Amino acid sequence: MTGGAAPPANGRIVGGDERSPRLDGRAVKGRSELLRIATAGSVDDGKSTLIGRLLHDSKAILEDQLAHVAETSERRGDGFLNLALLTDGLRAEREQGITIDVAYRYFQTARRKFIVADTPGHEQYTRNMVTGASTADLSIVLVDARKGVSEQTRRHAYLASLLRIPHLVVAVNKMDLVGYDEDTFYEILDELTDWAARLALPDITFIPISALNGDNVVDRSWNMPWYGGAPLLYHLEHVVIAPDRNLADVRFPVQWVIRVGGGGSVASESDEHHDYRGYGGQVAGGILRPGGEVVILPSGRSTRIAKIDTYGGAVEEAFPTMSVTLLLEDEIDISRGDMIVEADDAPVVARELEANICWMSEQPMRPGTRYALKHTTRAARAIIDRLEYRVNVNTLAHDHDATELALNEVGRVHLRASAPLMVDPYSRNRSTGSFILIDESTDDTVGAGMIVSGR
Amino acid sequence: MSYELSHLQSLESESIFIMREVAAEFERPVLLFSGGKDSIVLMRLAEKAFRPGRFPFPVMHVDTGHNFPEVIEFRDRLVRQLGERLIVASVQDSIDAGRVREEFIPPHPRASRNRLQTTTLLDAIAEHGFDAAFGGARRDEERARAKERVFSFRDDFGQWDPKSQRPELWSLFNGAIRKGEHVRVFPLSNWTELDVWQYIAEEQLEVPSIYFAHTRKVFERDGMLYAINPYIELIEGEAAFDASVRYRTVGDMTCTGAVRSSADNLTDVVAEIAATRITERGETRADDRVTEAAMEDRKREGYF
Repeated sequence: MTGGAAPPANGRIVGGDERSPRLDGRAVKGRSELLRIATAGSVDDGKSTLIGRLLHDSKAILEDQLAHVAETSERRGDGFLNLALLTDGLRAEREQGITIDVAYRYFQTARRKFIVADTPGHEQYTRNMVTGASTADLSIVLVDARKGVSEQTRRHAYLASLLRIPHLVVAVNKMDLVGYDEDTFYEILDELTDWAARLALPDITFIPISALNGDNVVDRSWNMPWYGGAPLLYHLEHVVIAPDRNLADVRFPVQWVIRVGGGGSVASESDEHHDYRGYGGQVAGGILRPGGEVVILPSGRSTRIAKIDTYGGAVEEAFPTMSVTLLLEDEIDISRGDMIVEADDAPVVARELEANICWMSEQPMRPGTRYALKHTTRAARAIIDRLEYRVNVNTLAHDHDATELALNEVGRVHLRASAPLMVDPYSRNRSTGSFILIDESTDDTVGAGMIVSGR
Repeated sequence: MSYELSHLQSLESESIFIMREVAAEFERPVLLFSGGKDSIVLMRLAEKAFRPGRFPFPVMHVDTGHNFPEVIEFRDRLVRQLGERLIVASVQDSIDAGRVREEFIPPHPRASRNRLQTTTLLDAIAEHGFDAAFGGARRDEERARAKERVFSFRDDFGQWDPKSQRPELWSLFNGAIRKGEHVRVFPLSNWTELDVWQYIAEEQLEVPSIYFAHTRKVFERDGMLYAINPYIELIEGEAAFDASVRYRTVGDMTCTGAVRSSADNLTDVVAEIAATRITERGETRADDRVTEAAMEDRKREGYF
């Protein structure tokens, strides 16, 4: 038995009471934060084992689910408790032993609730990871200590950077199979750190683990006394995410206009709200306060916030990602798709965009094609004017001769929109800096766009 | 002021955002309401999204005719209190009209209308021309649901195709559909059972009385406790007895099991859920035990 944490024998996780007492997460009461995690990896790098261990040790796997996994493993002749079966939910997946798309998993400790978007690593890697990771606060990439940094590791780091996931954890797994060797760990750390210097990855944390044995997953491993950092779960519980939200630039895309008067209200409230006109939406940036001066885009009209309303009553401040209803001092014609911002700190009102696009359709993206575009709560159309270059996601090289973007490819494009869009660089705001492209002939979402600049 | 939201506040805000998106982008949405805890939370979220205005959609209940009377009473009272419109789509009507036939699941004489609901639901969606339907399903409930999008596209047969789901990026939902197609929308996708109960406790929401421990005449079958009710006949070896039970889920009386419990208030229910070692569907739903992929198969046919 190795490691500090209730180590399972031969990869079996036995139900029962060997879990760490500190992890009585499901009994959590009161305030705890939400952390969105994206994981990606291939079948044999131990990702499923790691997720299985996190779920199990935080009691998110219940007895009937465990029994089901045991039964299915037995029937398939896996010879071990195959924790991948926990996330492989669909018939086709179980029958063919493949994983489709993104599976969402949930667990909770006393400090935080975690949403794990778990994506398979083989084909469609880019499409799946982007789908699972667009809203992630943190991503975990597993590196097999025996194999070192692989193409997939680099690709994962690149996508984490492209999507501006604020925190990256590199879990160097299978340390037990390299004798818990310190040098092996630091070689991987150095190689990836060098490579990542070219990327926008503000926070990379390397943790040597054995998902199978539990080393440095929940509890500190005494097999690696040379490692001075925290185990994975501690890191997930404590990584500081509040500053990742943009509190500087006020951005409020108007989503839904609540108008009451002439019988529109619920009867009992009709007196109080006889002349109610509020703008519902989710704060995408900055801090809004009553009395604050604001500008409505694209019209450019200015007014002040009269009141920030919620179902529970008026509030004095609204910040990301609160859903509130704004009441304004002046009666201005405002509708869905408009954006309420601060006068001296407005986004660019743009008809032309430079953007990185991740392509998600079998039908390649070619310049000259028209798509429907959705940005914040605003719908428009867009024509791709130019493909500036295609990125080789393994080498980061730019191919300026590329003429199209195929499925799972990433490139820089220049596009024109049919209506003005209020945009920020994606690096500054993930809400007002992102858009999707929709193929109007199939209604499919075909492209994920991250704005570099607009004019 | 720390400018941080609790996990429940984050989930709530995400759900309100989703509901407003649907109201804005679809012509005829509907909120599917079962009287269960998840759809009760949906109703509160709709209040948060749209008050002081009215809900920009009606509320619809697919009534199997085998519901717990306490739940039907609760449904009518809640909708009346909220002053919203209720549509009841009745499985009995579908049977009377010859659209579906009562099923009997062998080997026991159990008439289950669970699958029949799909026809009634799809007929009602077509009849009213609904293009979006809110449901209270959560991804933590079941393996197939863990893979379903927030906006779950359905073709004109109501079918879900798990292999061709649209990528869902940031909070940019793609609601583009053609005539006859519709979207099922699950604002509680990221909530867990515990989140739902904590929210009910925080918001002091009323729930049907059967969620709290009460003494009821029950019998045991396949390891589950069922209420003695007009739609199930006891077979040899089964006997009625009194037990202190509560329900973790609200479904048909024919296929929803009770759990032994003494939790007769919200605090105790939250504590019980926090300590449970079995999933809600595993513990209480006979319909999910039929085959390994029972839920996936029903969903493909157009189930909730």
